[in-house]
Amino acid sequence: MDHGEKRLMNKNQETLFVRLIPFFERYGILLLILIMIAVLHLLQPDVFLSWRNVTNIFKQVSWQSMLALGVFMVIVTAGIDLSVGSIIMLSLMGLAIASKAGMPWYVVMLVAPAIGFLCGMFNGIGITLLRMPHPFIMTLGTLYIFRGIGNLISGGVPITGFAEQIRVIGNGKIKLDAFFGEGAREYIPTSLILMIVIFFIFWIFLNHTRIGKWIYAIGGNPGAARAAGINVDRILIVVYTLCGFLAGIGGLILAGRTNSAYPNAGLQSELDAIAAVIIGGASFFGGRGTVLGVFAGVMIMGILRNGLNLMNVSVFWQQVLIGSIIILAVYIDVLRRQLATRT
Amino acid sequence: MSDELVLEAKSVSKFFGTITALQNVDLHLNKGEVLGVVGDNGAGKSTLMKVLSGLYKPSEGALFFDKEKVTLNSPRDSQNLGLEMVYQDLALAGNLPIGDNIFLGREPTRKVGPFNFLDHKKRKQLTEEHLAKLKINVKSADQKVEELSGGQRQAVAIARATAFNAKIVLMDEPTAALAVKEVGKVLDLILNLKKLGVSVIVISHRMDDIFTVCDRVMALFQGTNFAESELKNTSRDEVIGWIMGKKD
Repeated sequence: MDHGEKRLMNKNQETLFVRLIPFFERYGILLLILIMIAVLHLLQPDVFLSWRNVTNIFKQVSWQSMLALGVFMVIVTAGIDLSVGSIIMLSLMGLAIASKAGMPWYVVMLVAPAIGFLCGMFNGIGITLLRMPHPFIMTLGTLYIFRGIGNLISGGVPITGFAEQIRVIGNGKIKLDAFFGEGAREYIPTSLILMIVIFFIFWIFLNHTRIGKWIYAIGGNPGAARAAGINVDRILIVVYTLCGFLAGIGGLILAGRTNSAYPNAGLQSELDAIAAVIIGGASFFGGRGTVLGVFAGVMIMGILRNGLNLMNVSVFWQQVLIGSIIILAVYIDVLRRQLATRT
Repeated sequence: MSDELVLEAKSVSKFFGTITALQNVDLHLNKGEVLGVVGDNGAGKSTLMKVLSGLYKPSEGALFFDKEKVTLNSPRDSQNLGLEMVYQDLALAGNLPIGDNIFLGREPTRKVGPFNFLDHKKRKQLTEEHLAKLKINVKSADQKVEELSGGQRQAVAIARATAFNAKIVLMDEPTAALAVKEVGKVLDLILNLKKLGVSVIVISHRMDDIFTVCDRVMALFQGTNFAESELKNTSRDEVIGWIMGKKD
């Protein structure tokens, strides 16, 4: 009984600040986005919050967010996938070649996700069955392999011009005439809807299915997952396959957005994806992070790049800033954890 | 305590190449009984537990559950027969809440159309009921395991082992990693299991543990049965002697 009393006392001793920690832990990142939006709006009152600019941000982040979402799941298992930038390029090239070969649009549309799926499965099988010592090594290898194959099948040159149905995915507009009157310029990008739907599906998957729970468990303690009878290798293959599949979807969106497949597509975007996941509050050591956080991380990167572009800040300074934000975000997380363990 | 036999090992031997880990070891366990297994490092305690839980196959000898001979091919088989193991390293995922850990791998689900979704409400309810049944005190079933003390973690590990009506629970050094003030709570929990009719085998180095919770104690020495006694007929000094291979 005295145990319970002691707990109660501790609870009363908690300061307001400590009690606010869970609130910030959950919503702090959304607060940060709001602050960024407010600041950029003050700096660029005519442009930043214009319909055109906002839709532009969403169109840009939509394909990047697919990579971030996939990499997020991998990072939750305490793994890493460095190959997603190459998967997006290979799936894009595969799509372009299928399109050039005159296949019907619905086949072309399936090519990119299918290639991504197979690439991801290849990663997963390598990491589990081949007993590679760390996913870093396997996916570093496939980072080179997939891009190399992409260049081999395309001859290293861009391929341009896709069917209307493909372009709609990355560049389509859902007109809002009903709200803004006939011929209004306001619209919602198709890729934004697609992004929201996919994020919602994966939120359900990670939070409301057994496999989702097991993905977190593996990240927390793979030994515990094994002891609970979970086939850890099989789940890891599923995770890497889904990560590749999402990169393939990213390739499909990018194809629609740019109407071309080019050798440098997705170059270094795996690093952007990892950055977004880390900024979004996921732990690099696995087991921690939310889908909402990933979305926020992606938005922070997108808004930051967009805002800096609007203000004509040089790309070099942008690199310095994004790097600093990654370190700052993780440092805040370190401080938060110190506070949390002290109570 | 009834004399109903729930688990028996007869002449179990286990060889690893030329090494003999167990030689003709016998063990029996009655319903609602707490059996202490003692022995020095390398005496074969952990090997014996792994044979009982199906992680190792015995090289010779036989296992009987409820007086029926069984062959265990994996820990799953022993689980299905109602035997659960609480691992020394606890085997909990610190990033997950208590309830998730207790039901990890056996999550309650509900069907929505063709899909199975986690039933969060039911899991929470079952967790609270189970914790209450075992008289385990925690702030909330949603608390993450990494926020718990060592003793609470051990309690969660035991709760996990008994969540599916286990009849037999094996515990390997359940108090080894605990602060002194927490040991008592875990020992209370073991006595609580006994009251609920669960049979328990406890491996421990600590005489206090053995003499607080056990009904009977058996000592292994160099992979063989060395001595065994009802607890009331022996003393700490005698049991310590057994561990070191001394008998009067």
